[in-house]
Amino acid sequence: MTRKTFEESMQKVKQDILRLGKMVEEATLKSVEALKQRDLAAAHAILEMDKQINQLRFDIEREIMLLIATQQPMARDLRFLASCFEIASELERMGDYAKGIAVINLRMGDQPLLKPLIDIPRMAEKATDMLERALQAFMEEDILTAQQIPLEDDEIDALYNQVYRELMTYIIAAPTTIERANYLLWAAHNLERMADRITNICERTIFIVTGKIEEMDVSYDELDEKK
Amino acid sequence: MIQAAPRRLQRRKLTNLFMLSLCILATLLVVTPLLWIIGYVIQQGLPAINISFFTQLPTPVGVPGGGIANALVGSAMTVGLGLLIAVPIGALAGIYAATHSETSLGIALRFSTDVISGVPSIVMGIFAYTIIVLPQRHFSAFSGGVVLAFIMLPTLIRTTEEMIHLVPKSLHEGSLALGAAEWKTSLSIIIPAAANGILTGVMLAIARAAGEAAPMLFTAFGNPFFNLDFRQPVATLPHTIFVYAIAPYDDWHAKAWATALVLISFVLLLNILARLITWWRMHHIGTYH
Amino acid sequence: MLKTAPIAFLVNKNNGTTMEKPQKMAIENLSVYYRNFRAIEEVNLPIYAQSITAIIGPSGCGKSTLLRALNRMNDLVPGSRTEGQVYLDGAPIYAPNVDVVEIRRRVGMVFQRPNPFPKSIYDNVAYGPRLLGIHQRHKLDEIVERALIAAALWDEVRDKLDQSGLSLSGGQQQRLCIARAIAIQPEVILMDEPASALDPIATLKIEELMQELKKAFTIVIVTHNMQQAARVSDYTAMMMLTDQAERSGTVIEFGETEQIFLNPKDKRTEDYVTGRFG
Repeated sequence: MTRKTFEESMQKVKQDILRLGKMVEEATLKSVEALKQRDLAAAHAILEMDKQINQLRFDIEREIMLLIATQQPMARDLRFLASCFEIASELERMGDYAKGIAVINLRMGDQPLLKPLIDIPRMAEKATDMLERALQAFMEEDILTAQQIPLEDDEIDALYNQVYRELMTYIIAAPTTIERANYLLWAAHNLERMADRITNICERTIFIVTGKIEEMDVSYDELDEKK
Repeated sequence: MIQAAPRRLQRRKLTNLFMLSLCILATLLVVTPLLWIIGYVIQQGLPAINISFFTQLPTPVGVPGGGIANALVGSAMTVGLGLLIAVPIGALAGIYAATHSETSLGIALRFSTDVISGVPSIVMGIFAYTIIVLPQRHFSAFSGGVVLAFIMLPTLIRTTEEMIHLVPKSLHEGSLALGAAEWKTSLSIIIPAAANGILTGVMLAIARAAGEAAPMLFTAFGNPFFNLDFRQPVATLPHTIFVYAIAPYDDWHAKAWATALVLISFVLLLNILARLITWWRMHHIGTYH
Repeated sequence: MLKTAPIAFLVNKNNGTTMEKPQKMAIENLSVYYRNFRAIEEVNLPIYAQSITAIIGPSGCGKSTLLRALNRMNDLVPGSRTEGQVYLDGAPIYAPNVDVVEIRRRVGMVFQRPNPFPKSIYDNVAYGPRLLGIHQRHKLDEIVERALIAAALWDEVRDKLDQSGLSLSGGQQQRLCIARAIAIQPEVILMDEPASALDPIATLKIEELMQELKKAFTIVIVTHNMQQAARVSDYTAMMMLTDQAERSGTVIEFGETEQIFLNPKDKRTEDYVTGRFG
């Protein structure tokens, strides 16, 4: 096979992306669990992990730039490497969202949770599941799956709306809870944004295979109505 | 470091030395007679050389002095005429042979050239005698020129053909791609590029023709007087050598040697000139990349 | 091995304004034979005006043959035969009453190895105009200067126009050949791997020159350097042997360079541009 070295290098980039994804999944689930259990030590650990996530992202970027400079990739190879650049960036942002949840946890400090967390953990599980499958689709260049996953974003939006409405009722009932309600709203918002990023990853996967980039616009009609 | 076994190395060195010695010996065997001849000619001929040798006509037997002025002029006339005839024909035929080498005419041309170059010059002389001298009923410089043309023709055709082959094909293509017709390309590009080589060939042809004695016997025939008329017989250098050499007179023998010296010097000069032209061509035109 | 059908791009898919450019030349069902050997078969290709079209493909697939068919240089090869047609401004160039010399004036060529004539720089560039009957010194001076400026060589040789063309460096010699070609104001310039014999800096200079030249001329370039084709051309034609046994080549894909190198349609093109071809 010609370009054996190049192929191996590209496989390494793929594996690194998957590794980055795994780290993000772990960070997300752990940060929400830590919030649920009010485990501040775990929250600190998440902050440390975020540094590793950032570092891996830059390592991947450097690998890709080196390949572009030295191997003159064309066509599919070029689309793949350009997309990995994007995907690494998206994953790093998602890592930041997980870190944001850990920060909320630390900010809350000694205050108890406003209410036991049910929907937020569900959002986290749904999001990480979507991420895992999206990265699987990326790995296998499965565009059918990649087209399906963004549609599940609706579920996460629905959960978010539920959390929002519930927290609103708390605020209306007792205005002093506004701070704690806000924290939880933030956490839910971070998870909702994560799902949007997963959509971008799926768009890139399709781009690698077909060469066409299409915005898979998730409808924001429900949110518009709210406003 | 890899070292050959000492004995093998020794044997190789000895073999090298032996072969080298053989080559040097062969070279000496070739060069020595040449130098000897030249040396001998110089030794024998130089005493008789003076300015008047070149400017005076031959004197009768017994009368001292005299020169080969008529032979010099005669050689110039015959060789000159020969060139006039042979160079255009040879160049054009050479161009044809080079550019249309696959056609039957091209093949026939090359074959004929080879055959003619193999014909002994005395036979050429007899041939010219039969077709020119006999009908005209007298010897002439004209017939001498014609026979020299025949002798020079094969060399010129061959040289022209080879020099044209040496011109890179890319020049031919380049000219055609600019919208030049074939004949224009030959004229403007190919021939000028081959010109130096062709000139060398011309010089070598002159050197050969100037020394041909046998054909002159049947055509120019020799003439003790000064003559510029092509329709009359004329003296030539090689013929003069012949006449002086077979005579029983010592002073004529000396003149023969002197004439031989002149002829050899002329041939040598032409050869050196031809080499200089080639050297100049190599070093002054520049290179293709 | 399947024989591919002619590509249906002549049915203009109009996916952008660039496809509306007029066609300077058009190649239609062109096959070239050398005695019994078919070098290229059934090639269909548009050459758009004032743009650079690159012909790429593995060695031996007939790229040079295709290029030379555009100015009938294949005619010089004994035993060559052409079927199909090539159009220049809509008029066929393979026809009984066509003046080949005239075609070659309108469609010029620059070769792989620079081939300046062993004459002065001035005489090299003036050769073409002189063929056209221009002999007045001041006119020739003007033409020579313009051509050398357009070939980005004027500054380097303006003081030594009477020196031999062979005294220049390789890159300069190639630019001299380009100046020589454009001195007669052709409409199309064919370039057969023009930079392959040159060092990287000289190559880049030639590439920059091509971008300037395409404003006035239509350029077709054969190159085995894919990155050069990607850098330089607006359209790319991918050639490949369709029949391994008979060794005849054809164009298997044609399109805008961006499309060929970012998202080729034919897998064989993809394999070639990504370097995975045999």
